[in-house]
Amino acid sequence: MPKNPQIKKVLVLGSGPIVIGQAAEFDYAGTQACRSLKEEGIEVVLLNSNPATIMTDKDIADRVYIEPLTVEVVEQLVRKEKPDSILPTLGGQAGLNLAMELEESGFLREKHVRLIGTSALTIKKAEDREMFKETMEKIGEPVAPSDIVETVEDGLRIAGHIGYPVVLRPAYTLGGSGGGIAKNPEECREILENGLRLSRVGQVLVERCIAGWKEIEYEVMRDGAGNVITVCNMENIDPVGVHTGDSIVVAPSQTLGDKEYQMLRSSALNIITELGITGGCNVQYALHPSSFEYCVIEVNPRVSRSSALASKATGYPIAKVAAKIALGYTLDEIKNAVTGKTYASFEPMLDYCVVKMPRLPFDKFISAKRTLGTQMKATGEVMSICTNFEGALMKAIRSLEQHIDSLLANTLPRSGDKKPAKGTGVEKSPNGYDFSGLDDEALLKQLEKADDRRIWVIAEALRRKMSEESIHEITQIDRWFIDKLAVLVEMEQALADGPLTEGLLREAKRLEFPDQVISRLTGISPEEIKAMRHAGGIRAAYKMVDTCAAEFAAETPYYYSCFDGYDEARTENIQSKKKVLVLGSGPIRIGQGIEFDFCSVHSTWAFSREGYETIIVNNNPETVSTDFDIADRLYFEPLTPEDVESIVDREKPDGAVVQFGGQTAIKLTESLMKMGVPILGTAAEDVDAAEDRERFDEILERCRIPRPAGHTVFTAEEAKRAANDLGYPVLVRPSYVLGGQGMQICISDEDIDEFIGIINQIAQDHPILVDKYIVGKEIEVDAVCDGQDILIPGIMEHIERTGVHSGDSISVYPASSITPETEATLVDYTERLARALHVKGMINIQFIVAGEQVYIIEVNPRSSRTVPYISKVTGIPIVSLATQVICGHKLRELGYTPGLQKKSEYVAIKMPVFSFEKIRGADISLGPEMKSTGECLGIAKTFNEALYKAFEGAGIKLPKYKNMIITVRESEHQEAVEIARRFQQAGYKIFATRGTARTLNANGVKAYPVRKLEQETPNILDLILGHQIDLVIDIPQQGAERSHDGFVIRRNAIETGVHVLTSLDTAKALATSLENRAKELTLIDIAQVKTV
Amino acid sequence: MKAFLILEDGTIFEGTSIGSAKEVISEIVFNTSMTGYLEILTDPSYAGQAVAMTYPLIGNYGICSEDKESGRPWLDGYIVRELSRIPSNFRSEDTIQHFLQQYDIPGISGIDTRALTKILREKGTMNGMITTNVYGDLAEPISRMKKYQVSGVVRRVSCKEKYVLNPKDSLNCGKRVALLDLGEKKNIARSLLQRGCQVTVFPCDASAEEILAESPDGIMLSNGPGDPKENREIIQEIQKLYKSDIPIFAICLGHQLMALANGADTYKLKYGHRGGNHPVKDLTTGRVYISSQNHGYAVDAKSLDPEIATPAFVNVNDGTNEGLIYKGKNIFTVQYHPEACPGPQDSRYLFDRFMEMMGGIK
Repeated sequence: MPKNPQIKKVLVLGSGPIVIGQAAEFDYAGTQACRSLKEEGIEVVLLNSNPATIMTDKDIADRVYIEPLTVEVVEQLVRKEKPDSILPTLGGQAGLNLAMELEESGFLREKHVRLIGTSALTIKKAEDREMFKETMEKIGEPVAPSDIVETVEDGLRIAGHIGYPVVLRPAYTLGGSGGGIAKNPEECREILENGLRLSRVGQVLVERCIAGWKEIEYEVMRDGAGNVITVCNMENIDPVGVHTGDSIVVAPSQTLGDKEYQMLRSSALNIITELGITGGCNVQYALHPSSFEYCVIEVNPRVSRSSALASKATGYPIAKVAAKIALGYTLDEIKNAVTGKTYASFEPMLDYCVVKMPRLPFDKFISAKRTLGTQMKATGEVMSICTNFEGALMKAIRSLEQHIDSLLANTLPRSGDKKPAKGTGVEKSPNGYDFSGLDDEALLKQLEKADDRRIWVIAEALRRKMSEESIHEITQIDRWFIDKLAVLVEMEQALADGPLTEGLLREAKRLEFPDQVISRLTGISPEEIKAMRHAGGIRAAYKMVDTCAAEFAAETPYYYSCFDGYDEARTENIQSKKKVLVLGSGPIRIGQGIEFDFCSVHSTWAFSREGYETIIVNNNPETVSTDFDIADRLYFEPLTPEDVESIVDREKPDGAVVQFGGQTAIKLTESLMKMGVPILGTAAEDVDAAEDRERFDEILERCRIPRPAGHTVFTAEEAKRAANDLGYPVLVRPSYVLGGQGMQICISDEDIDEFIGIINQIAQDHPILVDKYIVGKEIEVDAVCDGQDILIPGIMEHIERTGVHSGDSISVYPASSITPETEATLVDYTERLARALHVKGMINIQFIVAGEQVYIIEVNPRSSRTVPYISKVTGIPIVSLATQVICGHKLRELGYTPGLQKKSEYVAIKMPVFSFEKIRGADISLGPEMKSTGECLGIAKTFNEALYKAFEGAGIKLPKYKNMIITVRESEHQEAVEIARRFQQAGYKIFATRGTARTLNANGVKAYPVRKLEQETPNILDLILGHQIDLVIDIPQQGAERSHDGFVIRRNAIETGVHVLTSLDTAKALATSLENRAKELTLIDIAQVKTV
Repeated sequence: MKAFLILEDGTIFEGTSIGSAKEVISEIVFNTSMTGYLEILTDPSYAGQAVAMTYPLIGNYGICSEDKESGRPWLDGYIVRELSRIPSNFRSEDTIQHFLQQYDIPGISGIDTRALTKILREKGTMNGMITTNVYGDLAEPISRMKKYQVSGVVRRVSCKEKYVLNPKDSLNCGKRVALLDLGEKKNIARSLLQRGCQVTVFPCDASAEEILAESPDGIMLSNGPGDPKENREIIQEIQKLYKSDIPIFAICLGHQLMALANGADTYKLKYGHRGGNHPVKDLTTGRVYISSQNHGYAVDAKSLDPEIATPAFVNVNDGTNEGLIYKGKNIFTVQYHPEACPGPQDSRYLFDRFMEMMGGIK
């Protein structure tokens, strides 16, 4: 069927800010789909509130709106742009929900706009629990016994009927928000109350618990003619009960025979056919481990995290094909872009094994529960490919960048010595993965817990010779996987026992043991091991991901490494171009998000335009950078020195660029230099100078730039001495980190002891910094320097005062509250620093402005989190410019006048977005350590409208009940009065703890006192749990919070879906936004924004 | 024990011996299915060939006897990258290692099956040898390899005596099907039994008269191994079956023989179609189905007399013929495997079509 000629202009809905459960995969899918639509001559209008995405670039869509993803905005946009169609299946659940609301309201019919990709009826059949169940029953597909409830009482009745344990799933939520497994009526009631409120339609599904069954997924596609195919199936190593986003997943399935495989495949195809989906769809199954019984768990009628994974695992571009199908093409008309010969109507065959591992944020949220359940907690993931499962798992582990490179968390005991000490807890281990200190009983207990460290626990159990069968009994993880872990544990032992023969080394490398690990186990230095390898011809070989198991010749240079095969990478440089290695940023985590993928991709494109041959190395399946047609060659590999060196040996690049891949890439600088690869752009020693406290202090002194006084320390004692010398409060942090990891404000010696303890849980190669904490305005600048001239696209100002991490602050461009003199100082300091550090490319500087005094807090001679945002709002392609400069061009010759650029006519506000409700036990108060997972943008002609849009985009929709709670510390009572007054004027009823209430009332703001947490009920907690509150303003103590009250209040508020602000500055901004609620917003096409 | 796979072009792969340690010369082919290794091992169509699996991890779910497609493995040799050291499946009864030993089938593991596949893809299917002997000079084994030809395999794998299979009483539809066993995969008969047919399986040398004497409601020609043109006697019998007015449904080798019986030609594909992911297009409806395939030869669609038969299905990847409809006859034939096992079940409906041809369920 050819393309539908009636489709000419399509509105594509993005997924908005990155939150847990909805991450970079939608940027990947959206970008691929937009390019696929444009290829067909379609005019693409894009709506996405997330400025960090590649899809919101003017080269990806024709018209780009970075506006809140709300019904009102879409309606207004439809009236303005008059698209004939909307494609809602690429924007995750957010996009789908939006489309449903527009369809249900009749708006789309009225405006003659069709939903392409998948119809509203289909979405309903898949998403509405009742309709889904009916549909499945109609075609004889089993679902677990379940019922939909809308009240707690009904839920309890149904649960009693089905029998505990039951699984509770709220309808229409992301990543299973608010769901869980209830073992008894009490738990059931708690989850129900919460889940009913979080569900968009107030429904919760109560379902038979099938925990322990195998969890299997199928990615299937269907075109308008009814042709159906399976792209990939995947098996979760963790059985049903752990969200697939938090599971270790393997593709294809490993423990299913053809009978099981085909049974579920046929089922998935029946389902997609019955639902009438045109495009991609994900079906999740629970398969009984010892029978053919299965249940359909869930169907996602859209592209998803799993479909991104399936695309990368197979090479089959699901989103691209889905976009073509939406235009009316059939699968047999769409070329397989990988082989260039066959068609999209086939099923990929893998001749390798793929492992995905989740990146969990427990390093950020130390207080959070590590238990994994039906609520997804991972912020990102890594994928790895190898010819064997063990190797793929080993590669995935070291791709995670969690300070662990194998199943060994400590240096394994050489045989015989060192027996595990009795009774010591996991908390004592250096990085949380070492369970050798547990006694057998404690280890068995730990084995029962499904958490992110489970494979390390299993490895420890195997080391103690616990039987594979008993481990299987406890964990319900298939014997096959446990045996594979045993293979790795046996190799550890074999290496420790020695001697290291060539044969043993070869086998260890086949299993992807890094040289470092082999060295630790054998006591032979990594250099010697490398020499032995090279002497024995044991080198990484590269294999192609070609969708067809080598049956057809493929053209796509997408490679993975293995140690047991012939090398087939085509590295010869045909056009004798220069080769550049672009290092990616690895898994999405708090502090290093999608922004760095944006930078890596733009840099790659810019190098390409400069005539370079480009090579990307990355391991994140969710991203655009790992799409097979971004660079000339893609190596899907861990970003460790050894893995990169193997690629360097093969490719012999003329240079590497590290300044766009975040800290992951920066960390590789030294190793690359040792390999003899020139670092393009700012020299490695200058990068180091910015991180090394002493060298940096020297530079500042030379440039006569003040900074908060500080010291470099290694121990807690030194830190306390430094702090007392500087005077509390002080800022304590490790050097060489991103996202303020481990950074804290300390107000006492006690705090220092606590924080240094936390920092030192991970072995530190670098010193710890202790700085005087200065209260002031935080200013951020990104600049491009060509060695002489400096271009500053704009100055950004934070709403929150210092002490809140820049990534968690509301950032305003252009900075509006600073004087022209201060502005001049900022520009001057930026120029001095860029020159002093010999920056070639990007630099990011953070300043404190206290009065007229400007201090510098941090300099990063690399791309930063704000680069995509500032590029878009100023219209200056910063990454591309920086890349050109790195290639030797001068800013002036590129047509730019150096210095601070003219301000845009728009105000743009970047608003952080958090995923606190997903992480049980995480402290939500803002501080120097970054906690947000994503961001959205508000852009408008006026500050107030921009602010309003930013809050809207972040989903902070007020008010519902017009009730709020304020609780602030004594010192801020006065400041709170003004804020409270403004909320009162906006119609709010204010509750406050006694002290705060007294002050408010005394100052003419009516406040109702509520009892504190420890006082008898009804107290503040009952008020929150009563679901009548819109907003809590709770300002925590600085330093370590000794009282648990604030934490409990904030957690309960977040978990009941109440907005919580922990900074008065944010509260002020919100009040401003409420005072300026606009009926009609002005929608701005970013593609048209220019500063000059 | 070390083992070698030597190809007739002189390529040597060194690996580990699995199964029997005996030396074998065979035609080397590859299969891209990710599951269904037992069905492949026991598929009689592989007689005379050694099969390399492109999926690297084999044996994960052991041997589940009820999944066998015939009584024993028929292939000459088995080539894998890695054999699982433990099987893990609730139905598993045995390991591949043991299964191969039991039937004295040699094999090799630990070789780069992708590299092998690329050689076969580029140079075409060729002969090779799996051996545990060390050869200093390859000239002698290569000359033996070059002489090797797959022959006489249909006779080897077909049943020797006619036998009758009855459906469950509750399903019995009263239809009687004569199934000519040219190397039949069990799921063909099973598919008919599931639809309530009584199935009489005839050995490949059964005469048309014998078959027609049973006055079946329909005739099925099964899949099977080897070069179709080799089966001259069978082709002659099929010509007679064609002339009867009994509905006929043929699969794979049966499809090729029916075409040859009607004057068309067959040819050897460069490296065949073996796997579970081939798209075939139904030329009447335009629908595409993902099919299970295992064939080294194809019917030359150009050689067909359009008055006798027209193409019904075509391979979307390479345009080769995948099925025929015979004009004025109640006959249709397909190159691929609607009985699946292993592979997609998308084409099961063809058995229903055959039921309809026989007059539907009584």
